[in-house]
Amino acid sequence: MFLGDPVPSVMGSEDIGRAIRRMAHEIVERNEGADDLILVGIHTRGVPLARRLAQVIGEIEATTVPVGTLDIGLYRDDISQRPTTALAQTRIPVDISGRAVVLVDDVLFTGRTIRAALDALIDMGRPRVVQLAALVDRGHRQLPIRADFVGKNLPTSATERVWVHLTEIDGADGVAIEEGP
Amino acid sequence: MNDFLTVEGLPRAELTSLLDLSDEFVEVLARPIPKVPALRGRTVAMLFFEPSTRTRMSFERAAKALSADTMSFSPGTSSLSKGESLKDTALTIKAMGADALVVRHASTGAPWRIAEWTGLPVLNGGDGAHQHPTQALLDALTIRQHFGNLEGLQVAIVGDIRHSRVARSNIAAFSTLGATVTLVAPKTLLPVDLAGWPVHTAAAIDEVLDSDVIYLLRIQKERGGASVLPSLPEYVSRFGLTWDRFARMSSDSVVMHPGPMNRGVEIAPEVADHPRSLVEPQVANGVAVRMAVLFRLLGGEADDV
Repeated sequence: MFLGDPVPSVMGSEDIGRAIRRMAHEIVERNEGADDLILVGIHTRGVPLARRLAQVIGEIEATTVPVGTLDIGLYRDDISQRPTTALAQTRIPVDISGRAVVLVDDVLFTGRTIRAALDALIDMGRPRVVQLAALVDRGHRQLPIRADFVGKNLPTSATERVWVHLTEIDGADGVAIEEGP
Repeated sequence: MNDFLTVEGLPRAELTSLLDLSDEFVEVLARPIPKVPALRGRTVAMLFFEPSTRTRMSFERAAKALSADTMSFSPGTSSLSKGESLKDTALTIKAMGADALVVRHASTGAPWRIAEWTGLPVLNGGDGAHQHPTQALLDALTIRQHFGNLEGLQVAIVGDIRHSRVARSNIAAFSTLGATVTLVAPKTLLPVDLAGWPVHTAAAIDEVLDSDVIYLLRIQKERGGASVLPSLPEYVSRFGLTWDRFARMSSDSVVMHPGPMNRGVEIAPEVADHPRSLVEPQVANGVAVRMAVLFRLLGGEADDV
């Protein structure tokens, strides 16, 4: 349903790389460095994105930025509408209290995932500030949530689907829109 | 999965997936706020027709850590003592709005009947000498945490096998996960017929001191376990894990017990308190595996958010 399929590709591998480098610089600029930063990737594709951002920020600032992973399955507001699957690992390697946490996700859509992620984070400590980085902002928010760092703003209709593929999970990088039903 | 009644017949992939899910709840329970909203608005009713401390409290803790509400029932103080049938009791609790039932009963099969009558998800908290599936999960999780895997491990289960639902459940779970299980008990405390059981047997605990895991069972006086023994001292002499025997076990081996322990009978007090005794991790893991099963039965996941 992707690369090779007849859907318009809106970002290629190089576009994604450039977007990540720009977002990394913006994160460093906004936080005046990376001293108390932690990036938390939301499963599934937020995790490799967080690792890539941390890598670039680490190179810019000559430091190591901790990366956490978060599964928001226990915090959803629509539980019981679908059969369960397993939970992916939630591992936050440092105490987030007093730190700047950057949540990372691939696509920002309704905002409900981010709402759940905020609830989960706040159960784990009291961050100094929480910011949001999304590779793609496709609009159609259902909650008062916005991203601080966006790779690409992508106007979509609500019925379209946005596919983000990342090498670590899907074997190749790319972003595409699939026509809705 | 609609109910969690037995581990018998559960495929390895399903057991492993429940253990993986349990690992995530171990992480949740280690958080500063060990509670998640996953089952907010759900009600779990505890129907314990037989006494229980740890299983019942463990299920309550698990339900509450998932933000579910709980209702409790104990036979002594209920309308059962006025002659209400099991079926009417179960249907009454359903009508009050329970979303799932945890059932413990002295009769084999009672949780299955209650599942049929109510149509609600039922978790078996122990039925007669038959099954205790969450105990098997918590034991398998404890062993997996310690050894990384059950594949190829030698596990000896020692004691009153005949009256033990823990043994029946653990034999199924451990062997499905790749361990070799040896039962050690006086003939009078072994099941009459072991045909078809995936186990070896041994006649004395001295024969299994090279095991990776020695799993001790309580002599169940309430199920007639003590009446078939010549004497407790004789039992200890052949089946008790004394300090002397423990000292002959490998330094990588561990000792487990489902509790409540008879210190000085099946397990020496200094063995029970040794760092290689996993009794406390077993209890702690009980909460995590019960959260996993409750979440699997009552939780859900959506797509586009």
